Amino acid sequence: MASKNTVLPQKSQWKSKDKIRIPKKLKLTLVGSIVPLVLLVAWQVMSVIGVFESHLLPAPTQVLERIGSLVADGSLWGHIGVTLYRIFIGFGIGVACAVIAGSVVGYLKTAELLVDPLIQGFRSIPSLAWVPLFILWMGIGEPSKITLIAVGVFFPVYLNIVSGIQGVDRKLIEVGKIYNFTPLQMVKRIILPASLPSFFTGVRSGLGLGWMFVVAAELMGASKGIGYLLVVGQNTYSPDLVLASIVMIAIFGKLTDSVLKGFEVRALHWQDNFGKQN
Amino acid sequence: MLSLKNVSRTFNGGLAGFQNISLQSKKGEVIGLLGTSGCGKSTLLRVISGLDPDYSGAVEIDQEKIKAVHEKVGIIFQEPRLMPWLNVIDNIGFGVKQKTDKLSEAKAYIDLVGLAGSEKLYPKDLSGGMAQRVSIARALITNPEVLLLDEPFSALDAFTKMQLQDLLLNIWNQYRSSIFLVTHDIDEALYLCDRIFILRGQPGEVYKELTVDVQKPRTRGDEELAKMKGQILELLDLSKSEKGNQNEHNKVASK
Repeated sequence: MASKNTVLPQKSQWKSKDKIRIPKKLKLTLVGSIVPLVLLVAWQVMSVIGVFESHLLPAPTQVLERIGSLVADGSLWGHIGVTLYRIFIGFGIGVACAVIAGSVVGYLKTAELLVDPLIQGFRSIPSLAWVPLFILWMGIGEPSKITLIAVGVFFPVYLNIVSGIQGVDRKLIEVGKIYNFTPLQMVKRIILPASLPSFFTGVRSGLGLGWMFVVAAELMGASKGIGYLLVVGQNTYSPDLVLASIVMIAIFGKLTDSVLKGFEVRALHWQDNFGKQN
Repeated sequence: MLSLKNVSRTFNGGLAGFQNISLQSKKGEVIGLLGTSGCGKSTLLRVISGLDPDYSGAVEIDQEKIKAVHEKVGIIFQEPRLMPWLNVIDNIGFGVKQKTDKLSEAKAYIDLVGLAGSEKLYPKDLSGGMAQRVSIARALITNPEVLLLDEPFSALDAFTKMQLQDLLLNIWNQYRSSIFLVTHDIDEALYLCDRIFILRGQPGEVYKELTVDVQKPRTRGDEELAKMKGQILELLDLSKSEKGNQNEHNKVASK
């Protein structure tokens, strides 16, 4: 009994502290970083006591040092800049083509009958299989890389737009019909907003694929970029450089996705979803 | 006003829908279409609204035959069908063509349906009754001469239902548009309608036309209405809907 009494007040103190000091967002971030931090510490400890050999798996501190040295000699920003440039251009072209093709195919039945089987057929080709052709046609410069990224981004966005448009509730379409909406008004005022959620799903998975393909493109032949750093790391037997590049990709992949997620949350605040219950 | 001449619309090889319906509405009249499920009530409403152009016969509004959606017709569906990405006031103004006075008009209708103060809410935050009020306002804002209601209150709880029925009567008092009310709620039909058409069979046909000669606003427990309710129940013949059974036999046989 006595011990219970002493424990209880302490507990409630903690609770009130939490509420006052830590804002909700920060708390979520903290909770989300528990597992990664534990893993990082474990990795570091294992490296220090010699379980992981440093020429195979260097310690986190060594990786950080490597990133630090890249920052110090100023080359890191150049590599990141080039990679980001490629992914933005490729992503932009891919999304733009997918929006146009997806809207037309989703809205017009005849367009679907004509074009969709072809696109579905192309989808089953792994985008990397195009690489030899792209290099043959466009050389190993930027155009072939950007085309590869655009092709990778195109398919998830296209598929989601088509299914988003075709999945718009017939009941909402009827409301538009009641007001004698023209096809253009129908698209603008009902179909587009209603298919926005699946558009965002497509765009976000498209961006993920974009990162995959930018690295693939840079692995195949580049003189700059994060993928190029990977190749350098491989050729110079420096796993710390490889890991540093991987960390960079993870950080920027996450950052760009967060930007998209930010847009998504703002544009879809009207949704009533399980995931948004708070 | 609105008139139907021998209108038919059937599906499933003539087993669903309705056939040979003729009726004529007077200005400002509330007409109820009553029947058990599957007798084509909602189909009839869709035909009148112009959403379903594949019918035979003639539907005319002011002697003008309609084959598509007519601007003098407004419809309120069973579900509110609000655009989830628009707030209350934008949902109400959804069908207004001119942008200039959209907001001020929508404001007026918000007060009419008793939603002042909820302008900025989104459909996910509305209760069923509030959402249906929004959809009533959205249908009224285009000043329809014929207002079609497809079981508009059937998804609501009993109290909200009564409130909205009174709201509908209020609106009718102000605007005197013709109202077609599809319902399976006999009390609702008796409380609101001047004339009631009872549909029966598959496909549905007008089985009986009743006139409700009680001054509005009516009291819900009115004796006359109670008598009529008994009469209607008898007409609907719920215990043994022979025609329906017969049709089911047909279905089995045709398989």
